[in-house]
Amino acid sequence: MADAGIGLWTVPLAVIGGAIRVSTPFLFVSLGECITERSGRINLGLEGTLVMGAMSAYGISYFSGSPWIGVLSAGITGALLGALHAGICSLPRVNDVAVGIALMLFGTGLAFFLGKPLIEPTAPRLPAIDFGWWSDIPQVKAALRVNVLFLFGVALAPVLYWAFRATRWGLLIRTTGESSDAARAMGHSVLLIRLRATMVGGFLAGIGGSFLSLFYPGSWNEGLSSGQGITAVALVIFARWDPMLCLWASLAFGGAAALGPALQSVGVTFGYHLFNAAPYFLTLAIMIITCSPKRMLTGAPAELSITR
Amino acid sequence: MDFSSISRRRLLQGSAALTLGTALGARSAAAADTTIGFIYVGSRDDYGYNQAHAAGAAVLKKMPGLKVIEEEKVPETDAVEKTMESMINLDGATLLFPTSFGYYNPHVKKTASKYPKVRFEHCGGLWTDKDPKNAGSYFGYIDEAQYIAGIVAGHTSKSGKLGFVAAKPIPQVLRNINAFTLGARLANPKATTQVIFTGDWSMPVKEAEATNSLIDQGVDVLTCHVDGPKTMVENAARRGAFVCGYHVNQAPLAPKAYLTGAEWNWEALYPKFVKMMASGEGIPNFYRGGLKEEIVKVSPYGPAVSETARKHADEVKAKFMATGLTIFKGPLVDNKGKTVIAAGTERGQKDPELEKMDYLVEGVIGATA
Repeated sequence: MADAGIGLWTVPLAVIGGAIRVSTPFLFVSLGECITERSGRINLGLEGTLVMGAMSAYGISYFSGSPWIGVLSAGITGALLGALHAGICSLPRVNDVAVGIALMLFGTGLAFFLGKPLIEPTAPRLPAIDFGWWSDIPQVKAALRVNVLFLFGVALAPVLYWAFRATRWGLLIRTTGESSDAARAMGHSVLLIRLRATMVGGFLAGIGGSFLSLFYPGSWNEGLSSGQGITAVALVIFARWDPMLCLWASLAFGGAAALGPALQSVGVTFGYHLFNAAPYFLTLAIMIITCSPKRMLTGAPAELSITR
Repeated sequence: MDFSSISRRRLLQGSAALTLGTALGARSAAAADTTIGFIYVGSRDDYGYNQAHAAGAAVLKKMPGLKVIEEEKVPETDAVEKTMESMINLDGATLLFPTSFGYYNPHVKKTASKYPKVRFEHCGGLWTDKDPKNAGSYFGYIDEAQYIAGIVAGHTSKSGKLGFVAAKPIPQVLRNINAFTLGARLANPKATTQVIFTGDWSMPVKEAEATNSLIDQGVDVLTCHVDGPKTMVENAARRGAFVCGYHVNQAPLAPKAYLTGAEWNWEALYPKFVKMMASGEGIPNFYRGGLKEEIVKVSPYGPAVSETARKHADEVKAKFMATGLTIFKGPLVDNKGKTVIAAGTERGQKDPELEKMDYLVEGVIGATA
């Protein structure tokens, strides 16, 4: 019987595999939110955007037969929801956190409503690239079946890191986030910059949603997101608004999510609720280690409503 | 007079009852319609538990003289009481099917004592003599179907390792895991079932991760007890493993990988209930049954099921259909080595001890806590 199983090696393998499989939605949502928050606005509605993205990607993929059109439409849906958030927030005395919560409920509700007929059909899925060709072990092969979206996400993090430092657009977004007066003095429209930043953030979150329904777990149902969008928004704070840290944090969260089931499969059966909660313990632990009473959150854009 | 004693709800009820009275008067002159209300905890088309009930409701919709109303995603809180009251007062429902386990105590009991003329049929609860007489509980011994699925799984598995993705360690789930394992060990005495609990009824990412971890461990036949088996079925089939379904037939999702499955047969039971009510004999307060009573059924076998497996499974099924077969009988040892049913003791399906099950039998890898 030992021929098919790989014993305790399942756990590290599952954590690596889980980091690759589960992290992608976290990665896209957190990178998107990173852009939005760097411009000085919080969009808490990304949970709704994620679910809407998942639903529309699945629907469009099913009706058109092409999962890539599905991904694109998820992005567009996300951008539209982002525009809605930015549009409402550009009105005087509107609180972006409250609008975000409203849009989160709106997005999930709308997705559930429109997604009713999509639960039963099976839509074409995104293809995977086999990085496990060098191995004879089927488990390793399965763990290294990587989706292209994951690679996009991984590549996007350093690009954003560079863009925030070295490009005109990146500096403009950061200026708006640090001091809207400075941006205005330079002759730029703060609202327009934030609108674009929120739309790009929504676009990425929508794509993150398409990964959920079109690759892993790979079908549309109402419990699909189970709070991953919200977790990813929190992850941005935890990653100190740094795209590279967002990448590592997403990978850690993905791996932690795989830990509970993997430990049970090798016979560690006590306290599975505890292991299932591993991602949240991780957040708490790192928050406690990195916080300091002497200074503000480093890297926090000064214009954010939570820091102001 | 103390006005605070007349709650807003009572006032609404009173006025609703008035309108209802006039409405009913008008209606009885036209046709004696019966309105039946169905309440689901989740989405009606989840390829699982709720869809099975909705399929039963759909059969009633086609019967003449019946009006079926439905509400989905009603949480197991006082929200279900409000739903039941509005179905009774506003829609004139006289028969209600609150279909989720957590509705029964205290919500169904409370509402049933308030509306003695309405019949409440709850799925999964344990009706006792102390409960209102107009309430009843029904449930199916789906472990019989799981037992047969286990036989098929035991024959099909090459590694002898079976996997079970389960939501929570409650008696109904444990009973399914145990029956599945006992069935598998009929076919292959060395077979084991590895269980992973995800912690809740609908956790798609966890279910997918559990499926992958099980297959990494060498498991080649999987089944589950979660609300929507779609995630498990699709992900297992993608990895080349076989699956046994649950709740409804998931063969369309994975035609090649689908072996068989344990399904509810509410389509057969609900019309029976309606006939019992119409004929005046009434529905028994405590209604249970398995394959023989047509409350559960086994999915048709998939193409990967061998001739030996079919024959073995059909033989056992025939025994269930004829005289009934006892799945849980002594000597039965749990996976910690403790005897849970002594030699010579048979726990028939109706034995209330089985509805309190808190152990996993020998051959199951996993723990209840």
